[in-house]
Amino acid sequence: MSTRVYKGHVGTGAPVTGEALVASDNFSARYDLDLVAGIFSRPTHALHGQSYVGKILILNAAKGGVATAWMLRDMKACGRAPAALILNFANTIMVQGAAFADLALIDRFDVDITTAIKNGEPVAVDPAAGTLTVG
Amino acid sequence: MTMRLTEHEQEMAAGLHGPPRKWAMEMLMKVGTVFDAEDLVEISQVHLMADTEATGEEGVRFVEWIGTHEPSQSMVRVPAVTDPRGADFTGYKRIKQPEKFIELERRADAAFRALGFMMTDTCINYQTINPPVQGEHLAFGDTGSSIYANSVLGARTNFEGGPSALAAALTGRVPRYGFHLDSCRRGSTRFVIDVQPNGLSDWGALGGIIGRQMKSYWEVPVIEGVTSAPTSDEIKHFGAALASFGSTPLFHMIGVTPEAPDLGAVFDGPAPEPRRIGDSDLAQFYKDFGPKDDKLDVVVFAAPQLSLFELESLARLLQGRKVNDKVTLIATTSPEMKSAADRMGLTSMIEGAGGIVLQGVCFYQMHAREIGEANGWRNLLSNSAKLVNILGGYGYQTHLADMAACVDAAVAGRIGA
Repeated sequence: MSTRVYKGHVGTGAPVTGEALVASDNFSARYDLDLVAGIFSRPTHALHGQSYVGKILILNAAKGGVATAWMLRDMKACGRAPAALILNFANTIMVQGAAFADLALIDRFDVDITTAIKNGEPVAVDPAAGTLTVG
Repeated sequence: MTMRLTEHEQEMAAGLHGPPRKWAMEMLMKVGTVFDAEDLVEISQVHLMADTEATGEEGVRFVEWIGTHEPSQSMVRVPAVTDPRGADFTGYKRIKQPEKFIELERRADAAFRALGFMMTDTCINYQTINPPVQGEHLAFGDTGSSIYANSVLGARTNFEGGPSALAAALTGRVPRYGFHLDSCRRGSTRFVIDVQPNGLSDWGALGGIIGRQMKSYWEVPVIEGVTSAPTSDEIKHFGAALASFGSTPLFHMIGVTPEAPDLGAVFDGPAPEPRRIGDSDLAQFYKDFGPKDDKLDVVVFAAPQLSLFELESLARLLQGRKVNDKVTLIATTSPEMKSAADRMGLTSMIEGAGGIVLQGVCFYQMHAREIGEANGWRNLLSNSAKLVNILGGYGYQTHLADMAACVDAAVAGRIGA
């Protein structure tokens, strides 16, 4: 199987590998998630009802409020966090939250990352290099 | 890229001023690296969002850890105030908020006080505490307060979520990137409005319509066609909804906001072709949050907290009327405005009609899912476009209407009264 590498901006957090959970929707932890059940809870979200726990979560842009900056660390402490957050466009809140939680995050790729990677593909995330490696 | 640090900043980063300030510097530098900041900028005040639904116990433990250090290492370096908390200690029983949340909220309250935070517990600090001035660098931690400070007052802040606002308070600095820089404050998308909003919910709807079209944090919308200046409360609802739907920290409104006297002042080169917003867009927005039936459980005035003027309007609308027994009516405001409303008889007018006035909280920041379940609230009506946007993920059916229609519905006990 051929390996594909996608280059984004230098991110934050430690390297991680996992299975991709992908949608072209946007993301806010407060607006979109049921943190106790570990699933997407916003009815209009493409991933509604799906578990994000342990997944390489790949979405379009950070949306909504500031709560995610705190939430990612608590989600990680409770064992109910995604393994990494991969976005076309993060905002400051996502980056602050990932930095606080030491969760891997990369954004600003040279392609639309939500169409480049398919649901369920194995992905290696290297924030210091700003790369995603598939396969 | 390596950030340039002053001698004092290098000392903090090296831990010479204690572990909390070392952690804070690491936090600022991690974020600054992702956004290519070249150095740090000193800030004059901090506004920190830290309700316990967001912090969780892990976040509270972290703040408590900072407080275990001696004051020279743990106290804030600039005036630092707080966003709404997760519980009104004087009123939580009225809405059946579980005690387990109250306990954590008390711990958080004590932990922040120990660091020198002033517990203002408000998202309308720009109206009620210490309004920033044009060019002032800030670390504001609520999207609504940030967009108001940036856009309406011309101050400079990124969205500084709780941990980075805490880091800013401990160092007196933030990374210099984003909306601290002239280059990020230029307009990018142009809107012409062909309909004049009428009242708070219309202004919120307009903010929501534009916010939905924002592609990223960095997009700065420019709005033309406003024929008379909105009030502070109207532009507050506009900005709060725009920031909520779009994650947008700055807008320019031609002829209204200070950096936008005309199109030439906000666009480099020719202005882009405008997107137009008319009556049908506004009507469609209300339809998106329209009721499927006339059931009503709770009417909420919040997000942002109500100003004294909004409390006065609500009190007048409720005068001589009674909220239906099947419906709960809640208004949230800051402790300062609650005190003023108490003094001026507005609280007794609202509560005399059967409403509940809560202080220091906002509805969506006080465990909205759990209080909804405890009280059997599902169908929620509000005049806040921001609130109806957020609560969709919390299991509510949310509906938008203006304040008068919300009050009519609360009295009748059904939507569409």
